[in-house]
Amino acid sequence: MSSLSEKDRPIVQLLLSTGTCPRCILRFCCVGSQMLYRHPHKDLMKDLQEFLRNSQEKEDTVCLDVVDPPCKRIRLEHGEEGADDLNHNGAIPSAGDGNSATESSAVKVCNVCLGILQEFCEADFVKKVCQKVNSADYQFTSFVFSVSLPPQLSVREHAAWLGVKQQMRNLGLALAKDDIVQLKEAYKWIIHPQLSEELGVPADGKSLFEVSVVFAHPETDEECHFLATACPDCFKPAKNKQSVFTRMAVIKALEKIKEEDFLKYFPCPPSSPKNLCDALEIQCNNGAVFVAGRYNKYSRNLPQTPWIIDGERKLESSVEELISEHLMAEFKADSFNFSSSGREDVDVRTLGNGRPFAIELVNPRRIRFTAEEMRRLQQAINDSSDKIQVRDLQLVTREAIGRMKEGEEEKTKTYSALIWTDKAIQREDIAFLDDIKELKLDQKTPLRVLHRRPLAVRCRLIHTMKSEYIDEHHFRLHLKTQAGTYIKEFVHGDFGRTKPNIGSLLNRTADILELDVESVDVDWPPTLAD
Amino acid sequence: MAEGAAGPGGAERYFTRWYKPDVKGRPCEDFCVLQHSNRICVITLAEAHPLLQSGKTIKNINYQISANCSRLQNKVSGKSKRDIFIRWRGIHHLQVRFFPFFSYLNIPHTSTESEHFCSCIRGRLIEVNENILSNPALLQEKPSTEGYIAVVLPKFEESKSITQGLLTQKEYEEVLLKRRSSAS
Repeated sequence: MSSLSEKDRPIVQLLLSTGTCPRCILRFCCVGSQMLYRHPHKDLMKDLQEFLRNSQEKEDTVCLDVVDPPCKRIRLEHGEEGADDLNHNGAIPSAGDGNSATESSAVKVCNVCLGILQEFCEADFVKKVCQKVNSADYQFTSFVFSVSLPPQLSVREHAAWLGVKQQMRNLGLALAKDDIVQLKEAYKWIIHPQLSEELGVPADGKSLFEVSVVFAHPETDEECHFLATACPDCFKPAKNKQSVFTRMAVIKALEKIKEEDFLKYFPCPPSSPKNLCDALEIQCNNGAVFVAGRYNKYSRNLPQTPWIIDGERKLESSVEELISEHLMAEFKADSFNFSSSGREDVDVRTLGNGRPFAIELVNPRRIRFTAEEMRRLQQAINDSSDKIQVRDLQLVTREAIGRMKEGEEEKTKTYSALIWTDKAIQREDIAFLDDIKELKLDQKTPLRVLHRRPLAVRCRLIHTMKSEYIDEHHFRLHLKTQAGTYIKEFVHGDFGRTKPNIGSLLNRTADILELDVESVDVDWPPTLAD
Repeated sequence: MAEGAAGPGGAERYFTRWYKPDVKGRPCEDFCVLQHSNRICVITLAEAHPLLQSGKTIKNINYQISANCSRLQNKVSGKSKRDIFIRWRGIHHLQVRFFPFFSYLNIPHTSTESEHFCSCIRGRLIEVNENILSNPALLQEKPSTEGYIAVVLPKFEESKSITQGLLTQKEYEEVLLKRRSSAS
């Protein structure tokens, strides 16, 4: 094996004889060649045994070359056998005993990786993962493969390292823990190309499509527990987590614990386990997509979000359901989050260009839509209901949502209100309203929302007003206001908690009969030419 | 009176009116509880309350804490730059000092009487009407709207039972009738 040199001999010797698999041995020898890890398990075992044997014959440098063609030949020969004996646990093929590679049909589970770099690198497992992915029916152009390993792997790695370190010390050599190739990294070197080939797309760390596997090894779960006695302050009982022994906590403790203490509690070298790890869950998840648009609301009997009290629905449907129903079906998402630039009441219409909204579709199966498909989707939504209409429906990025929320705080809105007065009015009585500019209001939290909002005083501006006389007790008022102004309270005064109000300005009792939002002055999302 | 009528008449439209007569056993000290559909209750004086009868001028209104409550905290804080949050804590009594004016004397009577109001229902005190602090006359001029006394939010579990001890508008009118007939 050309990647190994003289100084690696003691490591190979020690680890091979104590139940560590070939790939883990390569890791401890700091071998960085990804290709080498992908060689079949059997070949690597053979190569390592040969490496040790050759060193017995020659005193000098060893650089054993494994020429490719013979390697391939071997691979072909053992191809069929390989599948059979990988599940057997039994006597370890004794290394360096002088026998030429006795192909033992039994392969012991590695005492460091617990089978991760053995069984779980094989074609069978790759097939299993890909079957799961394909049956889940996702649309994706790349993938990221994330793996969750049981914390005791770190403990075993630490123990193996301490053993190797001791051995090296006797020879005056050193091996830093950081120089050892990480288990997860080696695993990904081996499995990414295989997954990539089966799935037909590349592995990409930034991919939104995530395939995740959780590994567990219940047989050795308690191996971490001694750390709690040795380093109690690393393990704080977390309320939500099932176990205190998280990967991070265990790693932290391993950094702190002294070598002598560790060796008191934990066997070095680590014992050989009876069983492999279990692959608990193979899950797929697509990153969320965002759909934005603007909606008009033509009903005076429709809430924006579902109105349910004590499990009972008070009003049929809602703006968010009418819009998201179709999107959920098309994108095949698990769930959605609806947000908009402000809200209107159940009995208020939204006219004009409509109100900007954005829907986050969680874990969508489909992610690609052409402009034409989006237009058709928009049409489908509009055809399905006369209570709402949407426009400018488009895919946007997560960052774009920030612009919409900006609008909620900062942009102006215009309204049209139908107002009733108790005492009679004439045209002259309301004309002065048109001349008032930048009227400052002090609005206490309206009584109608006080049950869910804190008591506060809000200063808001009414920028302009335009009145339209109707009759002695009615007139229409158009207003342009600062975002966050409570219009209804400005009209009826809310027990004097909004000052000034129409009642106080006209010196009458006023009430609001109808309210319409005429425009929400936010220039997002971008207008689409239809 | 258009003022205070339930029906299109402004802010009171969404409230149900409940009454508690002779609060604390004091005759005719009637209060009205305006209950919103969202459980918020506004406490106001009812028409028959002595303070609303002619001949009384309110000198000032202030708030006091009863002995076993925590100190009054009129805390002003704010998360947003524009909104100011107000929190009232531990207030259980309003004290109203009024100055009786006897019409048959030209000299105003010099003694001061004071009254304690209590909330008629149990719940969290959300707000005490500051407008009547600065303008006590408001309590008499517009008792059912701008002159309200306080806003209380009963506990969610108690929101329905809270009105069990109170009278509906109809029942209250019967009480008023009985009083008038017993007086004559």
